[in-house]
Amino acid sequence: MKFQLNLRNVVVALVAAGLVLLPLYSQLSGNIFILTLFTRIIIFALAAASLNLIMGYGGMMSFGHAAYLGIGGYAVGILAFEGIGSGFIQWPVALAASALYALVIGALSLRTRGVYFIMITLAFAQMAYYIASGMSRYGGDDGLTIYKRSNFGGLIDLSSRVQFYYLCLGCLFGGIYLIWRIINSRFGMVVQGIRSNEQRMQAIGFHANRYRLVCFVISGTICGLAGALLANNTDFISPAGMYWTRSGELMVMVVFGGMGSLFGPVIGTIFFLVLEEVLSQFTEYWALIMGPLLLLIVLFARGGIMGLLGRFSRG
Amino acid sequence: MVEPLLRVENLVRRFGGILATDNLSLDVIPGELHAIIGPNGAGKTTLISQLTGQLTPNSGTIHFGGRDVTGLPSYKRSRLGLARSFQITSLLPDFTAADNVALAAQAHDGHSFRFWGNARKEKHLRDAAQAALTRVGLGRRIDVPVSELSHGEQRELELAVALATKPQLLLLDEPMAGLGVNESARMVALLKELRKEVTIVLVEHDMEAVFALADRITVLVYGRVIASGDPAAIRSNEEVKRAYLGDQHVVVAHG
Repeated sequence: MKFQLNLRNVVVALVAAGLVLLPLYSQLSGNIFILTLFTRIIIFALAAASLNLIMGYGGMMSFGHAAYLGIGGYAVGILAFEGIGSGFIQWPVALAASALYALVIGALSLRTRGVYFIMITLAFAQMAYYIASGMSRYGGDDGLTIYKRSNFGGLIDLSSRVQFYYLCLGCLFGGIYLIWRIINSRFGMVVQGIRSNEQRMQAIGFHANRYRLVCFVISGTICGLAGALLANNTDFISPAGMYWTRSGELMVMVVFGGMGSLFGPVIGTIFFLVLEEVLSQFTEYWALIMGPLLLLIVLFARGGIMGLLGRFSRG
Repeated sequence: MVEPLLRVENLVRRFGGILATDNLSLDVIPGELHAIIGPNGAGKTTLISQLTGQLTPNSGTIHFGGRDVTGLPSYKRSRLGLARSFQITSLLPDFTAADNVALAAQAHDGHSFRFWGNARKEKHLRDAAQAALTRVGLGRRIDVPVSELSHGEQRELELAVALATKPQLLLLDEPMAGLGVNESARMVALLKELRKEVTIVLVEHDMEAVFALADRITVLVYGRVIASGDPAAIRSNEEVKRAYLGDQHVVVAHG
């Protein structure tokens, strides 16, 4: 893929550079708040990017993606609670648990299409929510405080704000690079072909659901990683984090940024969370402004912000 | 007698109270071009869809290359060498012509659980796509997105996609549909070339094309075979004239 100098790529490059340099700004200006805000943004961007893999490229509208944030987070929280503090154990468990959940849920949900798929993924995520609420040993509804962040020995110190920020950023860039490789690979071509015309793909010899399922599992696993990061970021995990509204927010982030565009979810997440932050300083009814904005984007900018930028680049 | 490549026996498919395929039997011999004709609603596309596995018959059997494929899903039949083109063009609109064909080649080149290398840079897939596209006369349009191809070009691309799966049997569902006079002539010329290499089942409304191309013709009316034989025999068959050709002349005269 050749790099072209157009508005869209310039914006992406500037945003990426801005994210890399942010801790420097935070240090110099003494603004710690912006660092914590953007740590959170980066983690959600990773989750949104994983959702974009199945939603934008795979055509699978999962309305239960927050479940992976919860599963990844609970894996870290529960292990920490039980005295296993090593990140080398916690994180692989978080990824494996998310992958397993995605495998089971995917195998069942992918028998359906369209609205039914949306509903069934939503139903499973709500089930996960109620299961988490019922785990009284781990705080039930009230959630579980994580007293010590994942321990990676001398490798990296998660309680250092800057180090943790760069870990999250590394995960985001790594995740996006991985997704970029995937969508251009044989596998990615098949998945996008199935989104475009499933019957045709079956007719030329592809077992569509097998590819869909693997894509679903990859997406869930990446989101599980975001969950592990998020739990470490907030030092806390609760069922509320996997409620359906959270899944909806992830979808909105993807749609804001532009479905099926590699960097779109990052832009969309920054847009969504910064806007939420700014608006909530003026009014507690910030959703009243966010809602119509989403409507405008869906109506007039099908490709989200990235689509808009692309339009200007061509003109 | 030669062992048939495709053997359909007593196939039945109902849609509610309608018998779309009524106890239909059919043989396709290796190397022949077997045309299936019949008035609208005779069940031609329904038959093709059962042959390729998009529809399951209510009863009856389909043997392909001596193997019972009645219960096989379409992706497995494709791997056995059964390819189809669709009556209503069915391509991947957001992909280029080359991508569409390369994917078909990829489907028959091992599994596609490869996540890292760039598929668009795999030379043998691209070469296969180039070859198939050149074959159907789209050699200069390989990097054009499907949505920007003309209808005629899309019909040709349909054929290139089917060819790229290296089929033993090609099921063509009205390849001439919606084509202009010149485009039709090109398609006929192309099919004349292809029939030398691959067995073809051709469903077509264009009678001129059918009688120019077919070795054998099967006539379907209301899901039943009313006649089967070489073009001369079909032309002189009274029942066919009455049930189908006559009807069509009437339709043409009125239209």
